[in-house]
Amino acid sequence: MSEIQGIYVLWLRDVKKFFRIKSRVIGSLGMPVFFLIFLSIGFRRASIPSLPEGISYGDFIVPGIVAMILLFSGTFSGVSVVWDRQFGFLREIMVSPVSRTAIALGRTLGGATTALLQGLMLLILSTFIGFSLPLTTMPLAIFSMFLIAMAFTGLGILFSVFMRDVHGFQIIMNFFVFPIFLISGTLFPISEFPEPVAMISKLNPLTYGVDAMRYATLGFSEIDPVTDFAVLLLSTFCILLTASFLFSRTEVE
Amino acid sequence: MRIGLKAGAAEMKPIVVRELIKEFGELRAVDSVSFEVEEGEIFGLLGPNGAGKTTTIKILVTLLKPTSGEAFVAGNNVLKNPGAVRKNIGVVFQDTTLELDFTARENLDFHARLYGMSKEERKRRIEDVLSLVELSENADQLVKNFSGGMKRRLEIARGLLHVPKVLFLDEPTLGLDARTRRRIWKYLEEFRGDTTIMLTTHYIEEAEKLCDRVAIMRKGRIVAVDRPEALVKRLEGERVMVIAESAEKLRSALKGFSIFERNGKLEIFVNSAEQFIPKLFEIARANGVNIEEVSIKRASLEDIYVKLTGGEV
Repeated sequence: MSEIQGIYVLWLRDVKKFFRIKSRVIGSLGMPVFFLIFLSIGFRRASIPSLPEGISYGDFIVPGIVAMILLFSGTFSGVSVVWDRQFGFLREIMVSPVSRTAIALGRTLGGATTALLQGLMLLILSTFIGFSLPLTTMPLAIFSMFLIAMAFTGLGILFSVFMRDVHGFQIIMNFFVFPIFLISGTLFPISEFPEPVAMISKLNPLTYGVDAMRYATLGFSEIDPVTDFAVLLLSTFCILLTASFLFSRTEVE
Repeated sequence: MRIGLKAGAAEMKPIVVRELIKEFGELRAVDSVSFEVEEGEIFGLLGPNGAGKTTTIKILVTLLKPTSGEAFVAGNNVLKNPGAVRKNIGVVFQDTTLELDFTARENLDFHARLYGMSKEERKRRIEDVLSLVELSENADQLVKNFSGGMKRRLEIARGLLHVPKVLFLDEPTLGLDARTRRRIWKYLEEFRGDTTIMLTTHYIEEAEKLCDRVAIMRKGRIVAVDRPEALVKRLEGERVMVIAESAEKLRSALKGFSIFERNGKLEIFVNSAEQFIPKLFEIARANGVNIEEVSIKRASLEDIYVKLTGGEV
């Protein structure tokens, strides 16, 4: 019982904070909104051979930029466990009866939910620049967004286990998050990549996540959507398992 | 294992620590520490910064794993059964772990949920602990607007919310003004006997006023454990202060006694000042030292502390 309460409390804390601190929400939406506006304006006349008729570059990058916010916000939320357990409320929870596995899960769910909320806000904003949201496939789109958010929040928590202070944060952003973002087909179709790069991109779970979102929102995908969801589910599951296992063994100095 | 089977969890003292060692790489932060805390007692770990007090507490509350040795809290082994330990303890950390963007009540409600308390129980206990620390009127204010003392009081309330068997407080009055400090002592006084309390402090006054027993730590080791008054009595109960013309000379002549120099005065710890003073004059005369002034002071816990820890704070 207290396990479920523990997960609920950690989730509720993240969600409450999200709605209470407005400046953080607006701040986090700034960069992706600018990306969206200026990339779609700048490339509006570019022709990309692997895009089918009727799908403009502007349409193509909306799911990509939404994936970007899921990736950045999720990873950041996961890694923030480093200071949360050092100085924050998490330390209090670490001495409560809630198991470490439940803590890792609750923290992942909370981080993923706030990332998902930001992603949805961006998706709604994108309709103002002409993106059309198909209502029938929205549940599928939200499901793929949720899986992406869970995977990368979990990965952030996994990193936090190996970090003793916040100094590693820049390294993670620049050498992990950005490459994952750029090589996942968020900004360009992976068919445009040279073969070796496309191979690497197929090792990246975000590639399948973005593709699944494109399938759900645009009806266009470069990979078989079944494969997309299978890979996404499996990688999310493996990440969560590893993250909660490693987290349960951490000491708090 | 042996202990768990023989004595049974229920009969064990609330805190039992045996030969506890914690190493961080080369550094041995806690060095073969052993002590036991009695039911209902307020037990203090007193020592300078870096003596290993916080590390000891962190092992007892299951945040750190001991390198070797054993520790039992509320009858449960901290290493083998951390979940059972966590159910029975309340912890007030040195730095605040409150959620600052939430109200006092929200903070307490979150905490109560973690301990699986029912809705009615949560409501009732939250009102109880809030009135205990006199924060009922501030219950619905955001914690970020609280003063340092209010935050600490709220954390103590939170630590007691689930009625723990043992309450741990790491430097509960660090950085608080004298009035707030006394107020916090008052709250803890109210719990004397009901809840076993273990606290760390480097304020001697706090240990002396509040603690039933005190363990003095230095460089990872416990150098003395006893009731504050017994510590003072046991460890050479009196202090003779001497002002002499050539203090250095006298000091070297008195080798073998424990002597400290403070503000130009020599302080000598002795069992009996009456017996020591004639001897002092004899030694001074033999060494050609002229004594200007002699006074006697009953030693305080502070003197013992200074003596045992070499004067570090």
